[in-house]
Amino acid sequence: MADTNGSPGTVAEAPRSAALSEAEIREIVRLEIARAGARDPGTKTATIIASKGTLDWAYPPLILATTAAASGMKTSVFFTFYGLSIIHRDFEHLLKVSPLGNPAMPMPITMPNLVLGLPGMGPVATKMMKAKFRGKNVATIRELLDTARELDVRLIACQMTMDVFGYKPEDFIEGVEFAGAAAFLAEARKAHLTLFI
Amino acid sequence: MAETEIQATVVVDARGLLCPMPIVKTAKAMKGLEAGEVLKVIATDRGAIADVPAWAGSTGNELLEWHEEGGDLVFFLRRGEEE
Repeated sequence: MADTNGSPGTVAEAPRSAALSEAEIREIVRLEIARAGARDPGTKTATIIASKGTLDWAYPPLILATTAAASGMKTSVFFTFYGLSIIHRDFEHLLKVSPLGNPAMPMPITMPNLVLGLPGMGPVATKMMKAKFRGKNVATIRELLDTARELDVRLIACQMTMDVFGYKPEDFIEGVEFAGAAAFLAEARKAHLTLFI
Repeated sequence: MAETEIQATVVVDARGLLCPMPIVKTAKAMKGLEAGEVLKVIATDRGAIADVPAWAGSTGNELLEWHEEGGDLVFFLRRGEEE
């Protein structure tokens, strides 16, 4: 603020003209871009939509959200449609795996859809996946939800789908907020990282 | 095995944990350090080889060195100035 040595804008260094090599200019540009990136709040904001309500699809939004928050990003997850099951109080029972129509799902033996559609196959697939995850020491959905809240990830339930499915605020785990599309977009437009899962 | 091992202020044992837990534990531990202090992270998740440097790069912390010790991946991270 105060005028000390020289007026603002005075460049004490060597004259700029023709003194900089192309490599130096590139380096300056690289540093300036890095600085601008560090200043831009968009690089530190992540918004994720979780739209699926199966056990396998509950993982990606929670893994990415906890990692984003652990990387210093202000993170929110907007749970809509079947994704609401992930933050439902009863998520342990609601989140299941369906082997139907999922040819990529690893199975001990190849089974046709006709067999996979038989009663009892869903619970079998769910048990198998839970056992496999436990065996590999993958975090549980509960652990990921606890971690997300610990890291101040905002968990937002879509009010419209709550109303459609007949959910009440008390049906959800502690710390869940309630909002609509406009609230999500207001946050998403400030974020460079927006994912629909 | 590094001959002159870097001195760490805090050690995080993330062995046996899978993504995202090694990074979550690393981030939590780093919060407790002062700028310039060093965090040692031990992990077995092979994903950490890419994830720890990437995390350090996006959080302003410096990966000083990493190596393998038996089946363990050992990382040394220096706390940066900013979060």
